[in-house]
Amino acid sequence: MGHLRRCLFALAAAAALGGLSAAANAQNTLRAVMHSDLKILDPIWTTAYIVRNHGYMIYDTLFATDEKGEVKPQMVGKYDVSADQLTHTFTLREGLVWHDGQPVTAEDCVASIKRWAAKDSTGQKLMSFVDNLAVKDDKTFSMTLKAPTGLVLLGLGKPSSNVPFMMPKRVADTDPNTQISDFTGSGPFVFKRDEWKPGDKTVYVKFDKYKPRSEPASGFAGGKVVSVDRVEWRAIADHQQAINALLAGEIDFIEAPPHDLLPLAIGDSNVKLYDWNVLGNQFTFRPNWTAKPFDNAKIRQALLYAFNQKDFLEAVVGDAKYYKVCPSYFPCGTELFTEKGLEGKLTSDFNKAQALLQEAGYDGTPIVLMHSTDVQILTNLAPVAKSLMEKAGFKVDMQSMDWQTLVARRAKKDPPTAGGWHAFLTSWVSIDITNPIFTGFMNAACDKAMFGWPCDAEMEKLRDDFARETDPGKRKAIAEQVQVRAAEVVTHVPLGQWYQPAVMRKNVNGMLKAPAPVFWNITLN
Amino acid sequence: MSIEALPAEFAETPLQRRRSLAAAARNPSVIIGALIVLVLALLGALAPLLDTLPPSDINPVFRNKKPGAERVVRDSNGSERKYVHRFGTDSLGRDVYSRVLYGARVSLIIGVTVAVISVAIGLVIGLIAGYIRWLDGIIMRVMDGLMAIPTILLAMGVVSLSRAGLSAVVIAIVIPDIPRVVRLVRSIVLSIREEPYVEAAITVGTPTPLLLLRHVLPNTVAPLIVQGTFICASAILIEAALSFLGVGIPPETPTWGNIMAEGRSLFRVYPHNIFYPGLCLALAVLAINMLGDGLRDTLDPRFAKRV
Amino acid sequence: MLTYVLRRLLATIPVMLIVAVLVFLMLRLTPSDPAAIIAGDNANTEQVAEIRRRLGLDQPILTQFVIWLGKTLQGDFGESFFFKKQVTELISDRLEPTLSLSLLTIVIAIAIAIPLGVLAAYRHGGWLDRTVMGFSVLGFSVPVFVIAYVLIYIFAIELNWLPVQGYQRLAQGVGGWLQRLLLPSITLAVIFVALIARITRTSVLEVMNEDYIRTARAKGQTEPKVLIRHALANAAVPIVTVIGFGVGLLIGGVVVTESVYTIPGLGRLTVDAVLARDYPTIQAVILLFSLAYVLINLVVDLTYTFLDPRIRY
Repeated sequence: MGHLRRCLFALAAAAALGGLSAAANAQNTLRAVMHSDLKILDPIWTTAYIVRNHGYMIYDTLFATDEKGEVKPQMVGKYDVSADQLTHTFTLREGLVWHDGQPVTAEDCVASIKRWAAKDSTGQKLMSFVDNLAVKDDKTFSMTLKAPTGLVLLGLGKPSSNVPFMMPKRVADTDPNTQISDFTGSGPFVFKRDEWKPGDKTVYVKFDKYKPRSEPASGFAGGKVVSVDRVEWRAIADHQQAINALLAGEIDFIEAPPHDLLPLAIGDSNVKLYDWNVLGNQFTFRPNWTAKPFDNAKIRQALLYAFNQKDFLEAVVGDAKYYKVCPSYFPCGTELFTEKGLEGKLTSDFNKAQALLQEAGYDGTPIVLMHSTDVQILTNLAPVAKSLMEKAGFKVDMQSMDWQTLVARRAKKDPPTAGGWHAFLTSWVSIDITNPIFTGFMNAACDKAMFGWPCDAEMEKLRDDFARETDPGKRKAIAEQVQVRAAEVVTHVPLGQWYQPAVMRKNVNGMLKAPAPVFWNITLN
Repeated sequence: MSIEALPAEFAETPLQRRRSLAAAARNPSVIIGALIVLVLALLGALAPLLDTLPPSDINPVFRNKKPGAERVVRDSNGSERKYVHRFGTDSLGRDVYSRVLYGARVSLIIGVTVAVISVAIGLVIGLIAGYIRWLDGIIMRVMDGLMAIPTILLAMGVVSLSRAGLSAVVIAIVIPDIPRVVRLVRSIVLSIREEPYVEAAITVGTPTPLLLLRHVLPNTVAPLIVQGTFICASAILIEAALSFLGVGIPPETPTWGNIMAEGRSLFRVYPHNIFYPGLCLALAVLAINMLGDGLRDTLDPRFAKRV
Repeated sequence: MLTYVLRRLLATIPVMLIVAVLVFLMLRLTPSDPAAIIAGDNANTEQVAEIRRRLGLDQPILTQFVIWLGKTLQGDFGESFFFKKQVTELISDRLEPTLSLSLLTIVIAIAIAIPLGVLAAYRHGGWLDRTVMGFSVLGFSVPVFVIAYVLIYIFAIELNWLPVQGYQRLAQGVGGWLQRLLLPSITLAVIFVALIARITRTSVLEVMNEDYIRTARAKGQTEPKVLIRHALANAAVPIVTVIGFGVGLLIGGVVVTESVYTIPGLGRLTVDAVLARDYPTIQAVILLFSLAYVLINLVVDLTYTFLDPRIRY
């Protein structure tokens, strides 16, 4: 009998202790559900957005883009440009340290720039202008150019994938095609590797020695002041459950809830919506130029007439509050937005599309359209595309697969009937496609281009002109020409702009409006 | 679910068999179960005639409408008519009522196909294992190995081997079900072999195929029918689970399972996506289980004396 | 008896070997290429080939199998292609949640189902009997995730009695651990209660007509004693069989339940691994599950000897 009592007592004590420790854990922790689970930790090796978001947590950048889209110094304290615009000198500001306590040096920065530029297409373009990248002293380095270019600031302040994050030299010296294994950064959070459980949760804690700039925070720029002690990224794959958990107070923030579930949040007084990415995203259709019949520009043009943006936006987003028909390659609300080149197109003019197909001699080859089934925001796109293409006279063979399979398959140049592909649909964050250099799909360097492999010398020349131009007014004119050309040769098709508000508990305040979700400046009161 | 060896004294004579079949036809579980399955199958078969729209016709403008929503539909000959979405529309604007009816076809076909194929293959392998002594050991080890791998995981693995589709899913569900059938058939064969009349038949020189046909096979029919119905029911459920996990049949071809899987994140805002296919699925599985119960109670002599 | 146990344990080896071969083959026959997925978006063919070489995927299948088998027997399951962690570490992380869920489910199921089945048999033909039988067939006719959503809606959202999702480690408190596991366990237990209640009822009914029951009653035994000590004990063998068979179902249900309730267990790990073509993880987990299934069957068979003295090996 005594034994039993002891057991019960022990059990009760354990339960009580359990309660206590739970209370102690409820310090300033922000529990967030991001749009994807974090499996890769190298933001240079991959362009995946979740890894970029991870990068913004633990790394810092030389320059940063603010809310208005202007590039401002971040790690850089003093920035000088020579009169002939060929020598740029950067001096780091005081007090920057790595998570292990070592000071950040110019050597680290130069190595980081080199690694970034090896993988990133904007970086590659920038480096083609660079004559020499040299360390001047502990805190200073200089970049000497062969010709003036606006890409220095555009590149070093690039807001989205790949972001030129600064890493210690020993890490940045890793071969760009191998993932890094040391996650030391100089950003406002520290990655807790020992608590990282892939598929379950990722943990960051505040970096006490981070020295924010004195200016107020704006976008990615300004002072990155962290007001929470700990941020946990939880992997909740079931969207319904994520919202349930938010409403029940078990988590604080959901980055990308499906639009259909937003009414649940709107109806609850403890929860609010917040659109942190005011520029939104763009759906895109990418044809494969190397796969007949998409090697024929007329047939590609038929796509521009077959599609209309509203159908796609309605099918995925559904609520007009969260989308915008924007017939432009460069998103609405950005500097280079224009409608030139797309007039009369994207209106589902099936007659015109059919006429074009006939002119081009379309022989009825089925278009192999890849359909991804497990990325919530993309799932409904391919069926809409198939329906519209069929009405325009195309024969479509839509093949369903999970995203990983699609990624593997789109890298192949085999004929579509033998494991290749004709087309697929995806989504870009607007900040990634604000100009012809950032827009990966506009790269028309044939074999060196992204999957889809457009091949157009005129487009490449225009992009090069854009890179060389430093005057903003002239840049806009070139961008217009780029769009006109893109609509002629059809590198890809813009299918509409859409917005993804986050949902969070009422006590989560201060989230910055930026193209990526950032967790500094957020308070939990 | 019947794995144990069949005690020899329960082998049936042809007369007993005929009486059992008659009893089966009178059993209430059998009647109700069969009736429900028949109704569902008919609904599926006659789907095009039951005021349905093509199940893969998307209409993004009319997505997520509650049951009872009306709209104007243009027929293939150009005429317009009013159409009521009895069960609402899903996230792509497809009519749930139509998808549920067409889905009946695929779900039931999956169930029946899996049952028939796994029983057929299991029968052959089981006969071989029971009859050819030296193959018995190897076959049973392989079957044990196959049974040890959890069904869902095996099915997931097989589906990811090839392009997702009806045949892939059917094969994926058939494979884990074969071992149990094999065990059942083998145990029947082993017990029959010891029977005096079989020994007599062998002595007289009856060729093996005739032996199998005359004595062994008839005794497998009843237990296999029972086992088959349970396999059918579980196949329908496994297909739903596979759809839930993302490795089921792609949604252009509706099945009750993938209609629910697609609509599951909308459960709290648009429950009709889960409710109607779920109802049909539960009803079908229920009916098939009832059918199997009834058949087992009347046909399978081991359970004949059970209440 | 001991020889029987040893013989059975030895027999596990060829079975596990066959499982290993089957799983290995199944994965290597897949058309998709983990090297391409790992290499990432912008990789060219040389980089993909280099990764294939590094992962050992360019070797002939037999060589790959032998190497993998050798390492596995030493307890080295290799490194996950995707999670950048040792598979052993991944698995040991996730063992506790799955074990907790499974055990709690079985405990709840048995605690509910057996009394229910016994009572149904006792009041054979009455409303309890019919309700039990009716509900039990319903129990295994509805997919697990539907049961989960309905239960979550009722108990977590409307009534707010239990949390919606998540898992708390035992080390952080038994109270929280139990609270979070209750709803998932009940969800999973539904199928079990259905199965076990039915078989309990059927077996006990069969036994109730036996002579020794009449004798026990004639001797003046109280009804509960008659039911439990005499009826249930003798009906136990088929019940235990079904419980053992149910473990196979349990694993399937665990996969779905862990996904819905965000429990970081082996089930979800497997789903993620299959979708990501993470061979080492898939192989290790399936091997583990199969071993568990085989061992549980052994335990079930051994339990027979305790339950029924007539059964001897």
